[in-house]
Amino acid sequence: MDTKIQILAIVASGGMLLVILEMVRQRRLLERYALLWLFSALVLLALAVWRDFLETIANTIGIIYPPNALFVIAFGFVLVLLLHFSIAVSRLADQSKVLAQRVALLEERQNRAEAERSEAEAEEVLER
Amino acid sequence: MEATRSNLAVVPAYNEAHTIVRVIDSLHEHAPDFDVLVVDDGSTDGTRELALHAGAHVVRHPFNLGIGGAVQSGFAYALDNGYGRMAQVDGDGQHLAEELQVLIDRMDADPGVDMVCGSRFLTDKGYPATISRRTGIHIFAFLLSRIVSQRVSDPTSGFRLYNRRAIALFAGDYPHDYPEVEAVLMVHHHRLRMLEVPVHMLERGGGKSSIRSGKSAYYMVKVLLALFVGLLRRRPVPRPGDDAPVAASHAL
Repeated sequence: MDTKIQILAIVASGGMLLVILEMVRQRRLLERYALLWLFSALVLLALAVWRDFLETIANTIGIIYPPNALFVIAFGFVLVLLLHFSIAVSRLADQSKVLAQRVALLEERQNRAEAERSEAEAEEVLER
Repeated sequence: MEATRSNLAVVPAYNEAHTIVRVIDSLHEHAPDFDVLVVDDGSTDGTRELALHAGAHVVRHPFNLGIGGAVQSGFAYALDNGYGRMAQVDGDGQHLAEELQVLIDRMDADPGVDMVCGSRFLTDKGYPATISRRTGIHIFAFLLSRIVSQRVSDPTSGFRLYNRRAIALFAGDYPHDYPEVEAVLMVHHHRLRMLEVPVHMLERGGGKSSIRSGKSAYYMVKVLLALFVGLLRRRPVPRPGDDAPVAASHAL
């Protein structure tokens, strides 16, 4: 594998690792969602550093140019991450729907309670 | 609303219908000066109705938020209603209500203590736990003890007593998924004091632990990441005047 492209791969995956850790540190990324990112970055970094293993993988699956194997693996991680986030977004959508419904029901109940109270007060005034 | 009493016992419960009534009755019997609040974290097995029937206050989440969210609702309730102390007791019956007094006595004895944790490992009382679980707990205990430079023998214990300062801290910010270990770290970062006292813990009376066996590896990794990142955080929670921790827009 070309040394230039190896250096590029190491810098890119190492940078990704640092950015993710920094986001978690700043609390902009929850650990829950950071784990998969960290795992991807670590694997890519390891493969970029450990050329022999990458070449073994490339030979095994019939890729002539080893850096392409790195791209294939990175693409696999991207797909998994996208699916992961689609699932997370679906869950959030579901939860915000339930929240909106609960708030709407509470608001209705509150309005009704207030209306009943002012009615009762009006009756009291009339009775006097 | 003013608190009728100054002590609150919070019982986070997710599908604990088998044990919740026993836990509430036991708290009423052994800790009569505690109000009991069950935080029903979206149970589907009637935990809420059973808890209400047993005479507890109930806060119900519209969906499952996880143990961290459930306990934090307890802190928010305690803060809003002016409770001076809050106890956290599991809904599965593994903590003994009669031992709550041990935690209270410890806090009474030393008013500078903000959090008292019940530990099952301080004396050898033969807690029935699997080897892997025990090993995990001991790894956290080892790391945390080094970090906070104080012996922490049972960082995953959910049997705890908090004073007003700790309640205010955790009502504003409490860890998400598996909160107990990180909470010890937060207490340390905020220069609050914690102590442990030896307690017994029973085997779970029913229901499922929030740490399922298949998830224990994930649990280890996630908490280790949280500990590691927690060390790198200069200010673990926003102070007055900081940006909001969750904001609508963030530049990348």
